[in-house]
Amino acid sequence: MNLSQPSRRMVLASAAATAAVTFASPALAQGAARVVVIGGGYAGATCARFLQREGLEVTLIEPSASYISCPFSNAVIAGLRDMAQQSFTYEAIERQGVRIARQAAIRIDRAARNVTLADGSVLAYDRLVLAPGIDMRFDALPGYDMAASERLPHAWKAGPQTLLLRAQLEAMEDGGTVIISAPANPFRCPPGPYERASLIAHYLKTKKPRSKLLILDTKDAFSKQGLFTAAWKELYGDMVEWVGLSGGGKVVEVKADEKIFVTEFGEHRADVGNVIPPQRAGRIAIESGIADQTGWCPIDPVTFEARAQAGIHVIGDAAIAGGMPKSAFAANAQAKACAQAVALMLRGAQAPEPKLINTCYSLVAPDYGISVAGVYAPAKGLLTDIAGAGGVSPANASRAVRAAEARFADGWYKTITSEVFG
Amino acid sequence: MRQRKTAVFALTIGGALTALLPLSGAQAQSLRDVSAAPAGASACLGCHGARDTSLPALSPLSAADIETAMEQFRSGAREATLMTRIAKGFTPEESKAIAAWLSVAK
Repeated sequence: MNLSQPSRRMVLASAAATAAVTFASPALAQGAARVVVIGGGYAGATCARFLQREGLEVTLIEPSASYISCPFSNAVIAGLRDMAQQSFTYEAIERQGVRIARQAAIRIDRAARNVTLADGSVLAYDRLVLAPGIDMRFDALPGYDMAASERLPHAWKAGPQTLLLRAQLEAMEDGGTVIISAPANPFRCPPGPYERASLIAHYLKTKKPRSKLLILDTKDAFSKQGLFTAAWKELYGDMVEWVGLSGGGKVVEVKADEKIFVTEFGEHRADVGNVIPPQRAGRIAIESGIADQTGWCPIDPVTFEARAQAGIHVIGDAAIAGGMPKSAFAANAQAKACAQAVALMLRGAQAPEPKLINTCYSLVAPDYGISVAGVYAPAKGLLTDIAGAGGVSPANASRAVRAAEARFADGWYKTITSEVFG
Repeated sequence: MRQRKTAVFALTIGGALTALLPLSGAQAQSLRDVSAAPAGASACLGCHGARDTSLPALSPLSAADIETAMEQFRSGAREATLMTRIAKGFTPEESKAIAAWLSVAK
């Protein structure tokens, strides 16, 4: 097969033309079934690779030429890591035989089973995998819109925002105040705001030791809370202050020009402010009606098929995955289980009951790692924690164990990015 | 033999051009058939690939090695930073099936 030529079954035509053509009703007639994957992050890129290995004709729709990884981007913000270590191309995936459509997906026609791309061309599918990740909700927190994010970066999608927050920290005078506002659940990377606080505190302690870091939280509890809180005290003394919901930590408005965070109890002025806003599933999942009123996508926990539409599967951060967090590890694990389900269903077989694993490492300092893990199985229509398994690193572990977990975090990153992009 | 060669060739022209090249660690993983993976098995590769990192690769281990390690993590006979927490989520039968699948590609 000449990869530079569209194959017979790949429908690349204008939307108008396609509407009039019989391809609008795809058939499984001859040859490999067509699977379209929307989104080239940890979920979508993994799924595309594993589907292709099953002999399917796979197209991955992803407008960006490279992927910037969120895991470890907190270390970039803290000046501990170079952005180049976060960037991956799709070359290996393409070489493997996955077709890459380097455009945005504009519209899904659920009845006709096709996806319209930005240039108007249309891709028909037998099954569709949605992995659109998250969008920031710029309508949820008064004062925080896209323009405000240039002054108070979210840095919750890695890229220019990551470097902007880093530059602001580097420009801050010693003795300044850094404020992070953390959203209510659910959101991408539950331990992420607290890892970020930790690594920024490490930077401040090293470079600007008279500075303060304040976390204003919309919740009263957060991931790995006991471990983070103990480590902050041990490593950073009084530098880090966390204010939860019942202590008045919920930010109800921001004034970007003055870098003021307004809570129900008063105002806090930041020298560097990081707003992690509420989020929802990526745009295409909302506009195609696959997400529900929560902004996330209900799925069948065995097949990852959307509750809203047979033939469309949702994986990664956009999905409501029950007890599983919105993490890169979970996205990668879901992608492989989903690829298995899709491959079997396209052969007329039944998808088996999966078991899923999640592991999230967080760095509290470069040589101090902590983790949370879980094992999940379908129960009562959701992916549910298996009782007795999983949990967080022990509270009383030695510094040698913390150092080992920091090394394992690095090993995890190398392994998973090699599986997904290498 | 002849048929086998034909099959490899067919795979190659089907797009998997790397099939003719010597397999690197990461590519060796691809030989595991995910559609036949027992419950939980494919998730293991998120940490334990063939690539040499601070986390142990599973490729040098036999199925019996992996099964025994899972049993010891489960019982607490063997210490680990994290695998003790993961192993408790799997039964001995599940661990055996996972070990067999993971040990296929060397």
